[in-house]
Amino acid sequence: MMTTTLPVMMPAMAEIFLAAAGMALLMYGVFTQRDGQSEGTAWGTIVAMLVAAGLVIIYGGPVAGEPAFYGQFATGHFTQFAKVLILVGAAVAVWMSVRYMRAESSNRFEFPVLVLFATIGMLVMVSANDLIALYMGIELQSLSLYVIASIRRDSLRATEAGLKYFVLGAVSSGMLLYACSLIYGFSGTTQFAGLATVLTGEATPLGLIVGLVFLISGLAFKISAVPFHMWTPDVYEGAPTPVTALFAVAPKIAAVCLILRTMMGPFGGLIADWQQVITLISIASMVLGAIAAIQQTNLKRLMAYSSIGHMGFALVGVAAGNQAGAQAVLIYMAIYLFMNVGTFAVILSMRKEGRYVENIADLAGLNKSHPLMALAMLIFMFSMAGIPPLAGFFSKWYVFFAAIEAGLFGLAVIGVLASVVGAFYYIRIIKVMYFDEAEAPLDSKISREMRIIMGFTAVVSLLFFILPAPVVDQAAAAAQTLFTN
Amino acid sequence: MLYAIVFLPLLGALIAGFFGRLLGDRGAQVVTCGFMLVSMVLGWIAFQDVALAGNARTVELFTWLSSGDLQASWALKFDTLTAVMVIVVTTVSAMVHVYSIGYMSHDHSIPRFMAYLSFFTFAMLMLVTADNLIQMFFGWEGVGVASYLLIGFWFHKPTANAAAIKAFLVNRVGDFGFALGIFGTFLLFDTIHLDTIFQMVASKQNVSISFLGGEFHALTVLCLLLFIGAMGKSAQLGLHTWLPDAMEGPTPVSALIHAATMVTAGVFMVARLSPMMEYSETALAVITIVGAATAFFAATIGMTQTDIKRVIAYSTCSQLGYMFFALGVSAYSAAIFHLMTHAFFKALLFLGAGSVIHAMSDEQDMRKMGGIYRKIPFTYAMMWIGSLALAGVPFFAGFYSKDMILEAAYAAQSNLGYFAFWMGIAAALMTAFYSWRLLIVTFHGSPRASAEVMSHVHESPLVMTIPLLVLAVGAVFAGWLGYNTFVGDGMDAFWGSAILVLEGHNTVKAAHHVPTWVKLLPIFVGIAGIALAYWIYMLRPGTADKIVAAFRPVCSFFLNKWYFDELYDWLFVRPALRLGRIFWKTGDGDIIDGYGPDGVSAAARFLAGRAAVLQSGYVYHYAFAMLIGVVVILSWYLIFHGG
Repeated sequence: MMTTTLPVMMPAMAEIFLAAAGMALLMYGVFTQRDGQSEGTAWGTIVAMLVAAGLVIIYGGPVAGEPAFYGQFATGHFTQFAKVLILVGAAVAVWMSVRYMRAESSNRFEFPVLVLFATIGMLVMVSANDLIALYMGIELQSLSLYVIASIRRDSLRATEAGLKYFVLGAVSSGMLLYACSLIYGFSGTTQFAGLATVLTGEATPLGLIVGLVFLISGLAFKISAVPFHMWTPDVYEGAPTPVTALFAVAPKIAAVCLILRTMMGPFGGLIADWQQVITLISIASMVLGAIAAIQQTNLKRLMAYSSIGHMGFALVGVAAGNQAGAQAVLIYMAIYLFMNVGTFAVILSMRKEGRYVENIADLAGLNKSHPLMALAMLIFMFSMAGIPPLAGFFSKWYVFFAAIEAGLFGLAVIGVLASVVGAFYYIRIIKVMYFDEAEAPLDSKISREMRIIMGFTAVVSLLFFILPAPVVDQAAAAAQTLFTN
Repeated sequence: MLYAIVFLPLLGALIAGFFGRLLGDRGAQVVTCGFMLVSMVLGWIAFQDVALAGNARTVELFTWLSSGDLQASWALKFDTLTAVMVIVVTTVSAMVHVYSIGYMSHDHSIPRFMAYLSFFTFAMLMLVTADNLIQMFFGWEGVGVASYLLIGFWFHKPTANAAAIKAFLVNRVGDFGFALGIFGTFLLFDTIHLDTIFQMVASKQNVSISFLGGEFHALTVLCLLLFIGAMGKSAQLGLHTWLPDAMEGPTPVSALIHAATMVTAGVFMVARLSPMMEYSETALAVITIVGAATAFFAATIGMTQTDIKRVIAYSTCSQLGYMFFALGVSAYSAAIFHLMTHAFFKALLFLGAGSVIHAMSDEQDMRKMGGIYRKIPFTYAMMWIGSLALAGVPFFAGFYSKDMILEAAYAAQSNLGYFAFWMGIAAALMTAFYSWRLLIVTFHGSPRASAEVMSHVHESPLVMTIPLLVLAVGAVFAGWLGYNTFVGDGMDAFWGSAILVLEGHNTVKAAHHVPTWVKLLPIFVGIAGIALAYWIYMLRPGTADKIVAAFRPVCSFFLNKWYFDELYDWLFVRPALRLGRIFWKTGDGDIIDGYGPDGVSAAARFLAGRAAVLQSGYVYHYAFAMLIGVVVILSWYLIFHGG
């Protein structure tokens, strides 16, 4: 006879709350839905996410003894850091979507709720302490995102994007599952803690290596690293812009943190094996992200390549495989969040005669029509290009520094060169804004929330160097937890 | 007070330069001229105090550099030499400032001009008050920059820009020597502080130094290097080519910088370093030869030029030659004396020429002037005074100082001294000749300008004529007043320790006892030159053309400035351009750009195109890429780590 004790659940309070809130909002949406009125659920979602962020801070810290859900669900400084970033990113994405969805009359109450469920998936990913929990989190996230990508069912491009994303996502899920089964088969456990004790790096079975490669490939798909990136430009371009903003931020943070945790935790003993794979993927991503973006004319497509490149840079920190690397990755993701949200706020403010536009050429003459917006975009672009003293410079500086500390000089050099090439297309946008003549100026009205977001993120990007301590210290504490247990 | 002399011009320059728009033209003129006049008055008071009352002193402002043995402060060193330079600089500068109000009245950027003038004055004062070589170099470069800016003041004229660049580059050659000289001095003495160096010179007189692979007498090397600097700034033979071209600048600039002050910086520097120069016979000999050659050479060119300002420019070059050979025969006091008198009458001539140019609607070619002496009698009179002083006609300023130099050269009792003496006599003849040629061609004869220009000929306003008058007073009386103090009985008390002349070198003392014919010869040739000019240009018009036809090769040789520009063009400019072109086209363009930025960006574009092709839009391509990726990573893995 089995005695069942209730699992420890308090550390997962945020996720549980979000799940409950999601269902409640779904009900609310179903029963109150009137023609394209989804603002209620949207605001509800935002509030729920912020409450969840609070819960993460209160309950999501380190626990004594066995982690929650019989060891399936790990918490600590690291997960807190990652989850807060994810929740903030997702909440801002929903906030930015409200007006857009109304204007494009694709105002479905399901959208915020789906984002909410995807967010739960991401939180689970970050906390996953077992291959099964990991898979569950990824699938919850992915399935929600597939639907979100094609939320505009009447748009050909959006449905095509969603379908592509789904098919390729299914391929990657298959790889992931295969990886999990191989790893389980060769090690006899799915628990991260168990894997960490089994995998010491001595006489690793070949099958396990194959499993590891598949695992990395599956995860690389989620962060759109080369060569698993092909879906990204099409989906970024096809999906509605707020959705793209979401894609560019929250799932990326979740997946990068997941890679960080799995590589440093259960597979920490195999660093000699995975370091080279990650290095390879990282180089490919940085180079492709830098080069392929040069020819783009569509801002969202450009942002897709930009994010591919950024993921490459983040992977430099992962490849370093040390505490400095982990800290650098976390700082990178935090700064990445701010720069990206700001840039998408600018893209979402680009309208001509009420219609949203998204070509680089549409930015021409922005300096004259919207000097402040142009200035904000200038800050984001320079920051992304890694020009000191903007925040983007420090994020790159930390990862390269970690790589050098780990002896990966070649990787650091290639990274610096790639960022030089990449600077070209960021600066080209600035050139278009400041030196090209506009055929027709953008609409002058910019909504209040966009102004707040742009202003805040621009100030953060600009002044990060004055007060980097909050982010850097938190990231340091978070990175430390990866290496102490 | 000493601070105010030096820093009031700087203050004026800053105010006029940065707030010129706020102040307007009038405000900028009032500020800079006012400060300059105050500075001039204080300069005279300081002269009285320092030179005549003998209160030489150094005021330390603050430490500038302190790095090991290298110590330098900003300091104002006021001794007799400095005090003489200060009155020359401040007086001429103040006159030029005032004159510029009238001369530049039609210009569009008056505040900028006034700011440059004041900045120049500040830099010049920094130069002359320096108590160490680095501060002197600072002033040296400062006047170079100001000169560059002022020559190129009318930057819309390509010739002005070219002249400005030329002046800067040629000076750079000299500055290179000066800088090397400073380095060498530091190497030898472990200090750049002037007074400390001077105390140590005697102990270092037999030290040799290895330079360019050979062993040389250290002081000779240093003195020659420093003299190269002086040659550049003072336009001596070889490095003189920039000075005539510098006449592209506005005329007040020519008067201030290219006649009275900056070009005499080299003379000042050699005099200042007299304690070093005295210990190197070789250096003194070189200075004598270069100076004498320049005096002669520039005078020959001056006889053939037709641009009124260029004639005076070559005259300046020639007079600087006099000063240098005076230095070369250890007659430092005579050189400085001539420097002072020359500053007055040459500034007077330039400003007078400016007044003529102003009257002739900006015409500078003497061949298009003539017959205007009745219309601008005051200017005519001023030019006469200037020319009389320049030609060394008795009792005008130039008479005292130039004769002194020639007598000192003769009194040196050496072959070099005689060489310099005879060169100087020849130059004096030519000086008188070209001065009266200028006067006659410009003012007399039948008018050759168009009727319209002639109808506009007018006397300049008071703001321009009063400075002329002040300078004319100097040109008439400076020699008479200064003779006794500068080079006569009062000289020992006057100069104090500011200059050093070794026993046996004292040519100035000896000059008072030369044979009478030596004293009279300069006067005679001066008058002969004037008479010759009268005969050729006034009494027998047309003779000039005959002479030119008879001596065509010689004349065209002089007219083309001894082909120095052509020689330099062939020797330096063209090879440099050719070399530059090779580096530019092949080195930079083809190799560095080709494989560097251009190559990389072309490669990036090419790869971007390929990457875009990969992004086909077909799901099965994408899935294929993923699988290939996995396969590649896995096989790479198995091959290299298959272990």
